[in-house]
Amino acid sequence: MTVRSAWFPALLAAALAATIAFLTLPVVAIFVDSSPRDLIDSLGEPGALDALWLSLRTTAAAMAVILLVGTPAAYLLATRSFRGRAVLITLIELPLVLPPAVAGIALLAAVGPSGIAGGSLEALGIELSLTTAGVVVALTFVASPFYVRQGIAAFAAVDPTLRDASRTLGASEARGFARVMIPAAMPGLAAGGALALGRALGEFGATLMFAGSFQGVTQTVPLAIYDRFATDFDAALALSAVLVAVAAGILLAAKLVAGSEALGRAAR
Amino acid sequence: MRRAAVLLLLVLAGCGTDDESEPAAKPRLVVSAASSMTEALTACSKTYAGASVKLSFAGSDELAAQIRQGVPVDVYAAANTKLPGQLEQEGLLDRPVEFATNQLVLAVPATSGIASVDQLGEPGVKIAIGSESVPVGSYTREVLSRLPADQEKAILHNIRSNEPDVKGIVGKLTQGAVDAGFVYVTDVNAAGDSLEAIDLPEKLQPQVTYAAGVVEKAKQPEAAADFVEGLREGGCADALEQAGFGRVP
Repeated sequence: MTVRSAWFPALLAAALAATIAFLTLPVVAIFVDSSPRDLIDSLGEPGALDALWLSLRTTAAAMAVILLVGTPAAYLLATRSFRGRAVLITLIELPLVLPPAVAGIALLAAVGPSGIAGGSLEALGIELSLTTAGVVVALTFVASPFYVRQGIAAFAAVDPTLRDASRTLGASEARGFARVMIPAAMPGLAAGGALALGRALGEFGATLMFAGSFQGVTQTVPLAIYDRFATDFDAALALSAVLVAVAAGILLAAKLVAGSEALGRAAR
Repeated sequence: MRRAAVLLLLVLAGCGTDDESEPAAKPRLVVSAASSMTEALTACSKTYAGASVKLSFAGSDELAAQIRQGVPVDVYAAANTKLPGQLEQEGLLDRPVEFATNQLVLAVPATSGIASVDQLGEPGVKIAIGSESVPVGSYTREVLSRLPADQEKAILHNIRSNEPDVKGIVGKLTQGAVDAGFVYVTDVNAAGDSLEAIDLPEKLQPQVTYAAGVVEKAKQPEAAADFVEGLREGGCADALEQAGFGRVP
């Protein structure tokens, strides 16, 4: 290798080193000063457990909605071509680039008590702002584009002959969707699901603006961390560490699912 | 290393845009002030002669936590005397002074049927207050604790959100998400016609006093001392008075 060609790999390595350092240093810093003992102590506090339990519940509910509705929607967008498809996809992706505060304002303006749909919801007896259901709405709003976007790409990447083969063998589209397309798109769907889950778990701004902050009802872990930041920095650090651990576990699990599915398919 | 990382994060999170067009002669002053002073200080900082002022508003407790984490700030102005006093004891703030008073009120949307604290405990009334650590929240709890125990309990039962600062309470009120909230009279003034302030009975009113000081690690200690003095007299004192703050006797 000549000297002349060595600069580019060196540049790549430097860029990677900078990226890793920048992204891991703050995460590492969370753990440096919170011992496992601190973590357990911080969870011993009732507010922290409430927040963690609420975060898990609301995130699970949001993910259920996202998977049940988002998967067929992504499939439709990936497998049909029609006028306005690109516009629809852009609309779905829009919340991805919205700042959380804008998401919070938008939800208030749409389904808040004085929002455009607020009156109709009230007539139906549905109350969203400052309720646990409101947290789920906020999480679903900010997190679903991550899944649907990835889902469209995953379904579109499935070899069309695979779908056609199931059709020629007499399977209905519904059966083909469930038995062929979803398994074939699973690695992409799992990756999208993990991203959406992470976003939902970490949601802060839209939740605070739309759902408020009340222990056990709307105070999710990120809001509990913010609440503690002012009074007890160590407790905030410890709770952050818990959230990092949970998020990392979810990411790892999703990678394993995606990986084993991919391997399973290859072996078949 | 932990400190450095935290500091980096806070600086990244807390700093807004850098304005490089300021003339070099004016010192750049970073002022951390309680949310309730947002309108008053924003207005007067534009014409403030002594320095080019960069303002950072949040709950007084969040701002104190930032100073404890070493965020570079010159002036700390809080909505109580307790937090500045604590920072002084910790050696982080130089001799804080009281500079303004405020009044805690019950705020309701202009169209609300609520006219007094007595109605807050009724079933179905939704209330937002400040979280326990932010001054407006602790003043509110002080008020509630002076009520008969069963009334206090009924009101606490109706609280739907513990907001991190007064702006959060005002937002929940103006959006109709709650029926009532405890904020400062200056917040109701700043919200224009949308909110109405209901005065608290004399025996419930807490003593709301604001205090400010120069942060020990201030980069511009002299300009910072001038700014703090200006909160009492001249400088931004008039803007505070216009916003409805009281002068310290």
